[in-house]
Amino acid sequence: MADLCRASGLTASEAENLEVNPYKADFPLLAAHPDLAYLDNAATAQRPAAVLEAARRFYETMNANPLRGLYSLSVEATAAMEEARATIARFIGAASPREIIFTRNASESLNLVARTLGERMLREGDEVVISILEHHSNLIPWQEACKRTGATLRWLYPDQEGFFSQEEIEATITPATKIVAITQLSNVLGMEVPVAAIARRAREMGAYVVVDGAQSAPHLPVDVRALDCDLFAFSAHKALGPFGVGVLWGRLELLDALPPFLTGGEMIDSVSQEGAVWAPVPQKFEAGTQDAAGIYAAGVGIKYLEEVGFEAVEARESALGRALMAGLAERPFVEVYGPEDGAAHHGVVSFNVKGIHPHDVSSILDGQDVAIRAGHHCAQPLLTWLGTSATCRASAAFYNDARDVERFLEAIDTVWSLFHGLA
Amino acid sequence: MASPNQLYTPALLEHVQHPDWNFELEDATCSHEGVNPSCGDDLTIHARLADDGTIAEVSWTGEGCAVSKGSADMMADLMVGLTPTEAKTLCATFGELVRGELSAEDAEEALDEAACLASIAHMPARVKCAELAWRTMDEMLAGATEPSSTEDGLVPDAGDAR
Repeated sequence: MADLCRASGLTASEAENLEVNPYKADFPLLAAHPDLAYLDNAATAQRPAAVLEAARRFYETMNANPLRGLYSLSVEATAAMEEARATIARFIGAASPREIIFTRNASESLNLVARTLGERMLREGDEVVISILEHHSNLIPWQEACKRTGATLRWLYPDQEGFFSQEEIEATITPATKIVAITQLSNVLGMEVPVAAIARRAREMGAYVVVDGAQSAPHLPVDVRALDCDLFAFSAHKALGPFGVGVLWGRLELLDALPPFLTGGEMIDSVSQEGAVWAPVPQKFEAGTQDAAGIYAAGVGIKYLEEVGFEAVEARESALGRALMAGLAERPFVEVYGPEDGAAHHGVVSFNVKGIHPHDVSSILDGQDVAIRAGHHCAQPLLTWLGTSATCRASAAFYNDARDVERFLEAIDTVWSLFHGLA
Repeated sequence: MASPNQLYTPALLEHVQHPDWNFELEDATCSHEGVNPSCGDDLTIHARLADDGTIAEVSWTGEGCAVSKGSADMMADLMVGLTPTEAKTLCATFGELVRGELSAEDAEEALDEAACLASIAHMPARVKCAELAWRTMDEMLAGATEPSSTEDGLVPDAGDAR
């Protein structure tokens, strides 16, 4: 690690911090597999015991259908959901827990926005602006909304290193722009998008701003009011919570004005044979029985993340990203995508081993208990723009450590040796 | 967890690094393209049938992962001298092997060194890579004209499901 420390510009104390890992013991899967280097955190996080126990506790001590119950268990179930709503509201700087809508995942949150705001707002000749970095979740809903309304989809492009210039922002976001939908952190290249600058331009042009925070919310402190966006989506499962719980934040007056997305039980005040009166926000957007246990556990995951603290999360993930980048830079047979500065990657590094298909690389790494992702990462237009059909991607979280990085780099060497008859 | 080093054997890697049949067959009597859109595997199988209807020579061109290319090269070796019916049977046997329905031992007589791909049955996402050449061959012999995809009917690459 000393070499890596020198090459990656890690300070001695940063390198030392990565040698110790106070977090792994909190994660039952990682504790049970001490030899596993799990570096696919951008696909889904591992879960701390606190989250798993919370879901179990819900079913063991407060299980009932929330919201409509008139008995104490149901009241408790409702309170558990509302506790999570308040935690998540605080976590992203929402003005009120009422601004937090629970969905199944960030994809559903973004579909909700495209179907309600998008289809209500957009007319022929209008423009929706997204970036080339977008995950398919923040791309296809807008392609479809444009098809249905006759609006045009326009794309923001970063420079070679992945940074957006003010000129590009001003040239693309114009008076014709009605909605700007943008990721805050690329799930492929790891760099942060200047959402605040983009939102400022969108405001000047009178456009709404939708932020895909699926990759950013677990790794950066988010303040939706400081970003000055209108809507913000993320998934619990990338933020230490369970699968099947998504979040959509929106400004209250905007959510009040939007039509419902899904209809049915729980989202109404009253129903007659002729029609229905919608429940107030957020219930208006929460049709049907919610995954109350999952939502409760998602709140516990966020609390765990807050206890670790973003100061520690960012410092550790930055150091891990720089160590990964420096290690790969020492290997001339590896090509890395995105910013040259390892600190700009937020722990996410996309790369290819020259002449070897990413699926072969990830299969060989799997044989050495190193888990990475290979493929298009649900961002095919970005990969096409990068000039490749697939990459390998290592993505770190604060519960990774120096040993994970070392084992990953050794496994990359094995891939190269295996294909070149050196092993 | 299966060890992929069981998959990336010297035999497979030899076919990848030094393929015997990676060229365009100039006097091919039929050619057929097979693709795995999510992987980028894109292989074309070429074959020359002899006057008696047996397969005289098979080759492959295109790009893909080591598993798809190595598997194609091994297949080309095995096809020579077979009737189209025998070749289709062999393709079906290979399919059973990589889906884990037939053991490497039971497949070895028919599939020779291609039986070393048996361990891919433990890696569901990679089965389509191993199968690509074989399914393309099978469809070519069945007279298909549209490019073949071994992803048809399979769960697509989920990427970073959100």
